[in-house]
Amino acid sequence: MASVVESVGKRTIENLDYVGSLNIQFWSTLRAMKSALPLVGNRHRWQATVRQVLEIGYKALPMVSLMALCTGFILAMQGATELRRFGAQGFVIDLVVIAFTREMGPLLTATAVSARSGSAFAAEIGTMKVSEELDSLQVMALEPIDFVLAPKYLAALISVPCLSIVCSLFGILAGGLFMFFSARLSLLVYFRSVMESIAVRDVITGLIKSLAFATIIAHVSCLEGFRVHGGPDSVGRSTTSAVVKSTFFVIVADAIFTAIFYSTGVR
Amino acid sequence: MPIISVRDLVVEYEGRRILNKLNLDIEAGETMVLLGGSGSGKSTLLRQIIGLERPKSGSVIVKAVDITSCSLSELKKIRHSIGVAFQSAALFNSLTVEENVALPLREHTSLAPSIIDLMVWMKLAVVGLADFGKLQPQALSGGMKKRGAVARALSLDPEILVLDEPSAGLDPIVAAELDELILLLKQTFQMTVIVVTHEMASAFRIADRIAMLHQGSFRLVGTKEEIKASQDPRVRQFLDRVPEDLANQTIVSTFFQKYLEKKEVFQ
Repeated sequence: MASVVESVGKRTIENLDYVGSLNIQFWSTLRAMKSALPLVGNRHRWQATVRQVLEIGYKALPMVSLMALCTGFILAMQGATELRRFGAQGFVIDLVVIAFTREMGPLLTATAVSARSGSAFAAEIGTMKVSEELDSLQVMALEPIDFVLAPKYLAALISVPCLSIVCSLFGILAGGLFMFFSARLSLLVYFRSVMESIAVRDVITGLIKSLAFATIIAHVSCLEGFRVHGGPDSVGRSTTSAVVKSTFFVIVADAIFTAIFYSTGVR
Repeated sequence: MPIISVRDLVVEYEGRRILNKLNLDIEAGETMVLLGGSGSGKSTLLRQIIGLERPKSGSVIVKAVDITSCSLSELKKIRHSIGVAFQSAALFNSLTVEENVALPLREHTSLAPSIIDLMVWMKLAVVGLADFGKLQPQALSGGMKKRGAVARALSLDPEILVLDEPSAGLDPIVAAELDELILLLKQTFQMTVIVVTHEMASAFRIADRIAMLHQGSFRLVGTKEEIKASQDPRVRQFLDRVPEDLANQTIVSTFFQKYLEKKEVFQ
């Protein structure tokens, strides 16, 4: 019994320590963000931010757009199968548009960024820790948070919402292609219906979510990197952990946001 | 007044005592070699001296500031006067050798880029890497990486130069070249040099004084002659390269017997 209590206590302390570390890291990064901004910040940090934007955003474009196209097709086909039974195939357009702007766009993007860039963040920082590069930053009176994390976080805040918009556009395009091939609906008519279905509030809630997801991915992944102890095997574990934890937290956050938007009527 | 003063320093990791009430004074302009076997605590002491870790008790006073209790801004100020070259060199793999050396200058000074380029070239020339500045650290040999790390440590013209195992993993010729480089740097820049090593030949070539560590305590602190003349059994064992009696037949058989007894208990 004592060992069970001890183990529960130990896990609780570990989890509190993890949450505390995330919290401290988040506020420290916010303070350090100024140096990563253009014009007012450090020129080299802004250059690092731009490099990260290309890594996180631009290089993920093919993957995200292909994922969105496939998911858009799946959603349209599955929706059409059911809606056809009620003679409401036209509602496929609303289904695809609402699903992508509110939910699928930000969530698919977050999953792709977590797998692609989250793992890269953890591996890069973990390797820097193992090879004493983080120590050498500190002895040069440079803070790893300012130097490593701030550009990554700022880049994620820029890239993830942009990718999320691209993802939604490709998902909606997939719906259009499906409607064209299955119902001979011209793309012009389809996009006219899309414009009627899109609500600004849906786009805004989607963007709010994607900003939150970017925050989660950047901070969870970087923290996993900073917590690396020991040798290269630890870097591998932290990389896996970064993807698993950030994807999990993204889904939990999505559920919380959706519940909040639902209960406040914003949806 | 010593430039570095270690007072009653105690360091513990998870309840295990690593450094036991150490006292050491390092005078300005001298070369102090911290000598000791693997696990003797010399790298831990070094990490305390450069302010990378906080001790359990005691103090490390650098240039009249206790870095174990000072504020982060004070610590950063002190770090500007310390240059550190790590055992693994810890050059940033994402930057060229030139950019590595330029990093502290870009971050901490407002010098024009042309002046920084000139200073970087001078530092690289001092360590014999003037022609290799454009290369990535991965393209350098072990000895060249260590010299690159020394060049970066010198970039802000520090008063104190700290070198962690500079000759570890290098062939005797390259190790001897590094020793000569350390002597040259001391002669040219009149800096205080602290070197952690377990290489006897290197220690006796470069040291003004040697502090011999064993199991977290100083066995002897003195000049090269005092160390050579010492009759302390541990110092003699280290100097005369006498192996520990780990493979003693009685010890091995006792361990084996204990192992078998444990096995019987489990069965």
